[in-house]
Amino acid sequence: MLAQIITSFVATTGFVILFNAPKNSLIKCGFVGMVGWVIYYWLVQKGNDPVPSSFVASFFIAFLSHLFARKYKMPVIIFIVGGIIPLVPGGLAYHAMRQFVINDYNMGIQLATKVMLIAGAIAMGIVFSEVFNQSYKNLKQRLSKIEE
Amino acid sequence: MDNQLQSKNNNLIGELCLYAGKIMLESGAETYRVEDTMVRIANSYGICNSESYVTPTAIIFSLDGEFKTGSKLKRINKRTTDLNKIAAVNHLSREISQGHISVEVAFQRLREIEATKSAYPYWLQVVAASIASACFVIMFQGTFKDFFPALLAGGVGYFCFLLIDRITKVRFFSEFVASFIIGVTAFYSVYKGFGVDADKIIIGSVMPLVPGVLITNAIRDLMAGHLIAGITKGMEAFLTAFAIGSGVAVIFFFL
Repeated sequence: MLAQIITSFVATTGFVILFNAPKNSLIKCGFVGMVGWVIYYWLVQKGNDPVPSSFVASFFIAFLSHLFARKYKMPVIIFIVGGIIPLVPGGLAYHAMRQFVINDYNMGIQLATKVMLIAGAIAMGIVFSEVFNQSYKNLKQRLSKIEE
Repeated sequence: MDNQLQSKNNNLIGELCLYAGKIMLESGAETYRVEDTMVRIANSYGICNSESYVTPTAIIFSLDGEFKTGSKLKRINKRTTDLNKIAAVNHLSREISQGHISVEVAFQRLREIEATKSAYPYWLQVVAASIASACFVIMFQGTFKDFFPALLAGGVGYFCFLLIDRITKVRFFSEFVASFIIGVTAFYSVYKGFGVDADKIIIGSVMPLVPGVLITNAIRDLMAGHLIAGITKGMEAFLTAFAIGSGVAVIFFFL
């Protein structure tokens, strides 16, 4: 587990360097990626399917990203992009492509479908978190109006 | 005379919004953020009726109201991921909406933002890619013996990608060659007894090339109702994945 924590932090930080993230956001991006990966890894270790695990992890990634974005006044995409990198089913996509190449189309399509499902779950997690965030903001505004 | 001045001014504001949108889109910002930023800049200069339509390859923007300027179109040719520029334009639009900046100054600032190069030199990007690749091997349940082969393959692969991308400007081709070289490095290191599992090494090393963000952004755009942007991005992601897959696949023909 310790190896997972360290490598996910380093990998995310390395990745956002490729995306030319602002220098003062590197550590924060790495932290977001680490939290997301630890949640995902823990859920999968508990015997959950990767699809719902990706959903939960990306939900928390987006939640944390919104917190950071508000706190440090940066666009939220900086943190989200870094955070979801470890979750992206790159390995699975590679396996799917490999099955196609060795003429095992059935397995290839199965794996490709799984890739689509996981990518969809990640996107859904982000969107849900945004909706959650938006309604929280609205609620807060309404409450402050009532108090006045 | 005043009307003429006003309409000229509106024209300039339209250009400014388009310019900001162009930089953001070329840096890989989300569709809704680009639209939102452009409309917000127009609003803060006092033009309330503006419409924007953004796809990954073109922006259409029009200013309505008393002094119409007609719609404007901007073609987007290159698309990369540059979070620094997104943050910079976002910051600028925030300053504009606070009302401190004139149109001319904003133009100047945008030109500066567009001209900035990556904050990280090429060697640092290659090092970052190779370390990230090696870490991915561990994350995908690889053994520590595969750590160093992935470090090598990831670094070499990303270096080739940057090099070929600069020479040919055809992204598909550079991704293809880079993933081919990654595959060769991985199989060679296993052949020499340096690494254990070629699959794991390849998966870790191609991660810097994989269009994961593009796939996710495509689905997000689809969910948000930007159907054309979503489908176009999805297609681009598919092309990239195909380039990487076929680059590695070529090796299997020789094995």
